[in-house]
Amino acid sequence: MTVKIRVMPTLLFRDVGLVKGVGFDSWRRTGSALQAIKVYNMREVDELVFLDIRATPDGRAPDFAQVDELADECFMPMTVGGGVRNPDHIGELLAVGADKVAVNTAALARPELIRDGALRYGSQCIVVSIDVLRHADGRAEVMSHCGKQPTGREPVEWAKEAEAMGAGEILLTSVDRDGTFTGYDIPLTRAVVDAVRIPVIASGGCGSYQHMADVLRDGKADAIAAASIFHFTEQTPKEAKRYLKQQGFHVRV
Amino acid sequence: MSGVVIVNSGVCNLDSIRRAVEDCGGKPNVTDDPRVVEEADRVILPGVGSFAAAMQAMNEKGLVAGLRNLLARRQIPFLGICLGMQLMASRSHEFGMTEGLDLIPGEIAPLKSTQAGERIPHMGWNETHPRAGAALWRNLPDGADFYFVHSYFYDCAPADILATCPSYGGFAAAVQRDHLMGVQFHPEKSQKAGFQLLRNFLAI
Repeated sequence: MTVKIRVMPTLLFRDVGLVKGVGFDSWRRTGSALQAIKVYNMREVDELVFLDIRATPDGRAPDFAQVDELADECFMPMTVGGGVRNPDHIGELLAVGADKVAVNTAALARPELIRDGALRYGSQCIVVSIDVLRHADGRAEVMSHCGKQPTGREPVEWAKEAEAMGAGEILLTSVDRDGTFTGYDIPLTRAVVDAVRIPVIASGGCGSYQHMADVLRDGKADAIAAASIFHFTEQTPKEAKRYLKQQGFHVRV
Repeated sequence: MSGVVIVNSGVCNLDSIRRAVEDCGGKPNVTDDPRVVEEADRVILPGVGSFAAAMQAMNEKGLVAGLRNLLARRQIPFLGICLGMQLMASRSHEFGMTEGLDLIPGEIAPLKSTQAGERIPHMGWNETHPRAGAALWRNLPDGADFYFVHSYFYDCAPADILATCPSYGGFAAAVQRDHLMGVQFHPEKSQKAGFQLLRNFLAI
């Protein structure tokens, strides 16, 4: 029997609260992180993704005290990312309560970060977050620095390299779909899923439960992350899973 | 209220397990002091990370000897969680061969994908099917979902398997021999079902 697919709300943290943007820009405030975690506890959400989107652009380390406070209230698995530059950052985030740590910009600059983290703490807790921009000509490119800097890397090749370095999971986000409610980038997801053996979380663009079903069926994603749909509409993770179950997907309801 | 010693084996977050035990009515005492461990009436051994690193850290702190002394003297309820469960094995194949606590004979071997969609690591929610009368599953339905995150599994005698998970060839989701128990999943991150399982452990 296959593992149940997961529906994960993404919480983006900036300055003092949660935000959500469009195309990694035009951020809108959505509330307090602690409050969101408490609500998601109550609703028995599968898993949470918490990303501090200012840490890398501001050149600072993760806010360990903040994660500590949030993790104490979080009785579901929590992936934490933003500003992770070295194995000690990974260790400290795990120590304050992250279950998994997402690396992105620093791993692109120095892929050994993935290997060092995996050797010390185990592959299962190293999530490689890959932000992808699809250009007008259809070419997909990996972006760093919160979607701002082009890297010249091709997503499938980078995903394979990350897996070979010891990544335990890939969080694959479409920058151009982010916040648009137009659906996931299915060909991108499928290409990465087919290229690696580790689980892939599809992210960016979800506007309806149907979009989730599409990327699970056609993109073969193992999990889906979504933010705007949960922040700005009445749609919830629980309803999403009920819908997906009706569509024949293996979910926890 | 049930006192529980939570063994700090090194690299892992103990806040969530401590908070979960408190929430379930237990009185947790998180320690890496082997003398405290030797006096425990109930022990939880959590853990994430690599088997070899955890065994090394526990050996250096005298925790391996402390646990062995305790368990040789007294039949106290013991629960290993995730890597803590794997540490109960005789040895592990993760990054070369490492000796474990050898509490329930068996080896820690790499998970094998037996069908499409079974990716490695095994990450996410999955069903558990306990054997009849399993005290840890009291008030939990057959098929209760728990959160798993691991790449290796406990390969042991069928008689020592307490519950199975239907994926990856039906591996041991939990093991038990008398008062010694281990679960491969994370009860402290498994919400209602996980907290019920912890309450069940505290009641044993």
